[in-house]
Amino acid sequence: MVQLPTWTALSPTLLLGLTAIVLLLVDSIDPDSSNNELLAGVAGLGSIAAAATSVWFIVAGTGLPAENGELISLFDDQLVVDQMALFFSFLVASVLTLVVVASYDYMADKARQAKYYSLTVMAATGMSLLGSANGLAVAFVALELASLPSYALVAILKTNKGSVEAALKYFLVGALSSGVFLYGISLVYGATGSLQFDAVAAALTDGVPAGILGIGVLMIVGGVAFKTASVPFHFWAPEAYEGAPAPISAFLSSASKAAGFVLAFRVFATALMGDAVLAVVDWVLVFQVLAIVTMFVGNFAAATQENVKRMLAYSSVGHAGYVLIGLAALTGGSSDAYVLGSGMMHLLVYGFMNTGAFLFIALVEYWDIGRTFEDYNGLATQAPLACAAMTVFLFSLAGLPIGGGFFSKFNLLMATVRSGTWFLGAALIVNSALSLYYYTRVVKAMWIEEPASGLEIERYPIGLYTAVLVAALVTVLLLPGFDAVSQTAETAASLL
Amino acid sequence: MVAVAALLAVTLLGAIATFLVDDRYAAKFATAVSTIPLVGSVWMYYVYLTEYQGVGNALLSPDTVAFRQTIDWIELGGYTIQYSVGLDGVSMPLLALTGILTTLALVSSWTPIDERQSQFYGLMLLMEVSLIGVFSALDFFFWFVFWEGVLIPMYLLIGVWGGPRRKYAAIKFFVYTNVASLVMFVGFFTLVFSLGDSIATLGLPEITQALVAGEMGSLAGIAVADLKLLAFVLMFVGFAVKVPVFPLHTWLPDAHVEAPTPVSVMLAGVLLKMGTYALLRFNFTMLSDVATGSVLAIMPVAIAVIGVFSVIYGALLALAQRDLKRIVAYSSISSMGYVILGLVAFTPHGMGGATFQMISHGLISGLMFMAVGVIYNETHTRMVGDMSGLADRMPWTVGIFVSAAFGYMGLPLMSGFAAEVFIFLGSFGATDTLGTLAPVLTSIAMFGIVIVAGYLLWAMQRTLFGGYELETDYELDGAAFHDVAPLAVLLLLVILLGVAPDLSYGMIQEAVNPILEIGGGV
Repeated sequence: MVQLPTWTALSPTLLLGLTAIVLLLVDSIDPDSSNNELLAGVAGLGSIAAAATSVWFIVAGTGLPAENGELISLFDDQLVVDQMALFFSFLVASVLTLVVVASYDYMADKARQAKYYSLTVMAATGMSLLGSANGLAVAFVALELASLPSYALVAILKTNKGSVEAALKYFLVGALSSGVFLYGISLVYGATGSLQFDAVAAALTDGVPAGILGIGVLMIVGGVAFKTASVPFHFWAPEAYEGAPAPISAFLSSASKAAGFVLAFRVFATALMGDAVLAVVDWVLVFQVLAIVTMFVGNFAAATQENVKRMLAYSSVGHAGYVLIGLAALTGGSSDAYVLGSGMMHLLVYGFMNTGAFLFIALVEYWDIGRTFEDYNGLATQAPLACAAMTVFLFSLAGLPIGGGFFSKFNLLMATVRSGTWFLGAALIVNSALSLYYYTRVVKAMWIEEPASGLEIERYPIGLYTAVLVAALVTVLLLPGFDAVSQTAETAASLL
Repeated sequence: MVAVAALLAVTLLGAIATFLVDDRYAAKFATAVSTIPLVGSVWMYYVYLTEYQGVGNALLSPDTVAFRQTIDWIELGGYTIQYSVGLDGVSMPLLALTGILTTLALVSSWTPIDERQSQFYGLMLLMEVSLIGVFSALDFFFWFVFWEGVLIPMYLLIGVWGGPRRKYAAIKFFVYTNVASLVMFVGFFTLVFSLGDSIATLGLPEITQALVAGEMGSLAGIAVADLKLLAFVLMFVGFAVKVPVFPLHTWLPDAHVEAPTPVSVMLAGVLLKMGTYALLRFNFTMLSDVATGSVLAIMPVAIAVIGVFSVIYGALLALAQRDLKRIVAYSSISSMGYVILGLVAFTPHGMGGATFQMISHGLISGLMFMAVGVIYNETHTRMVGDMSGLADRMPWTVGIFVSAAFGYMGLPLMSGFAAEVFIFLGSFGATDTLGTLAPVLTSIAMFGIVIVAGYLLWAMQRTLFGGYELETDYELDGAAFHDVAPLAVLLLLVILLGVAPDLSYGMIQEAVNPILEIGGGV
């Protein structure tokens, strides 16, 4: 068998990058192209190839240590390809695939399509690269590669005032938090003299300058909080998700959040783990507080919304709080790998159910029906299949055993129990119960309420339908097939 | 044995197919599909009767019970989740009840359900899948998936096809039962966590045996006895909502009144039994020491008082109703109170009778709701004051209605009589658990039958007999054959079980006696 060169381990990310460049090429040849088939086709093929390659690599064990115990690392250890990197490449690429397929219909009659697709794939490249980043400098570059296209994507519908305003807000908060993050990196560098994660960890002995390191770590927490839409940098999220085209909301709230978390997992579990750091600044405690506050803020705010998209945006904040358990329950015992793994599992399941839910919103926007709960009244009489899919997403998000969300939430609960952080588990249960209330409102509107007079749907767009139904199918299948996800995630987490 | 898996798979595929069938054919198609689990479950019942005598209790001797199958499914948080099914003398009759009632309920839907039919029948079959799963699963997670899986179809069935206040009723049902599930979930996991490393799976038999072997350890500084008590109370509250018992019953009348007839049949006939079935499995088998009062002495008496109060309170509420469906709904609360009393007596007849009452009440209440439904289909009213003398116009329906009502009152040679006699026999002598209060509580509970007779006789006399009068603008002629046929089938089953209770009671006894042995009740 032919031995592939080492750099090919980065194939999922490289495929995404290549796709982005091809799309950019199309854009430069024909800037006003509205050849939807070509654009969505290229983007879709590229993302499917990336997802398939990730799965292939995961199954083949590319990300597992070789016989000499070494993981594949590139560019002087600045990039690493382990199971976690592949896990997140798969997550980002799958979400991207769904989004691209849905965009085929959603963007059909909109302007700047070539730019739209190339920016989306570009952002995905950054997110996927973030999963491999093994040093603070590379992580920052990858983070910006993911963020800058996102700002533009939120505002891609230039004539929509809400979109533009949301993008501006997103950009300002993003720029601020990028600055904070970068400053934090520089302080950590100042304290340790290294940027590479393992080197940072090695340099963190008792003699480190406590003040500089402490502030640096807190600033990095801030950067992570922005990217994952967690308290205290969450307030851009509802605006941006509401203002952006719905497929982009799906992309940002699922893939971009996951990218933020993989960064956090790597920085904190690899570089900043250890008593020397925790003695200076107990970031585990900080994450515990943030997790609980984020859960409550997200869910309570979601419960008071009248606009479905905004409700989902706030619920996305709430889910960031759940995943934060993956960091907040790292109490240093033997349970750590499981705790991190639980966070990863929830992100993956969330990637499908939340993307699906936002793509359903995209479908509704495509039909031009309206955005409030009332506008959804009686939708099931016109589109029962899509509404059944949405019901699956919502109940799975709430944690009912109808989709993978049940097991991933249960794993988070078990993680809190195993690590002895009971209060986090209690907050998880309370918030899940609360979330059922507002998710059910949508189900009730769709199925039970009478449709408004004149509600009639004439077009059933094939791309959006495919994306929504595939997402629903995967969400359901993740219930019986959860073992594959949980095994991979736990292995990946144990390698850190 | 793959019988249960086949049952689940065929019903699920049938449900999915029903969603895709055109509205015009959905009713007949779904009914045809439902005959597969019907025949399957009755066949299994027959096989059980002939081949599985004396196999014991599914939680205490899981390796011997019928139709057992175990496959590892998922590794989750250090526990192995299994596909694990098996039937014992408690679950087998309930499974057969599910098969029978579903098909009959589907037939009784032909007349009243006229919109979005493929969705209605699809959801009914989806609910049947979950019910089959609830009664056959022996792994907690596998069971829980079905337990919750019942709620979503039920919520939609009430919410979409229900009466005028259906939205309120559906949401109330959904919120009550989901919060209850959460409470139960917390209670159950209190047990699981305190068992620590002594269990490797979340199989209900394994957990039961670990509990019986005394493997529980203290948790977060709370002593074992307190943990057991906590878990017991949380699970009891969680399941009590489903049963329902006072004061957690208020969702039931709303749900019943608003639900369409076939849904009421399923709700009263099978869904309420999920609560008592789970109580029997979890509270009275796993934690039989708490249930018999060896942790907190007042516990059995407290539960018995709740049960007896439900009997009387439900009956008195039924007495105050003017709506036939509400009368039957409230009397369900009363009947389920007997089940609680029988369970907590913790004697062979008490527990066996309680289980028998689940089957019997499933048949009789299903019959009553169907009969009320048929009357409503024809008269378009359920108010006692709006009609009288129906006996002349719809003799068959009325005849069956009267027979069913007598079954409800406990007429000998009908299943209700056998069930109640067993329960009273069991609880009257339950001095080990209820002490000197046993005869007192039993006597009070018996008084419930008098009230039942009171309101049923009054309602029948007002509506069915006397001169014909109807305050709605409908011409009344007899009900269609396919409306009356399910009633007749159910009535025959009620009589069959009344004449030969041993068809079920024997296997029930074999399944509950082992519980009494570990709990020290025998």
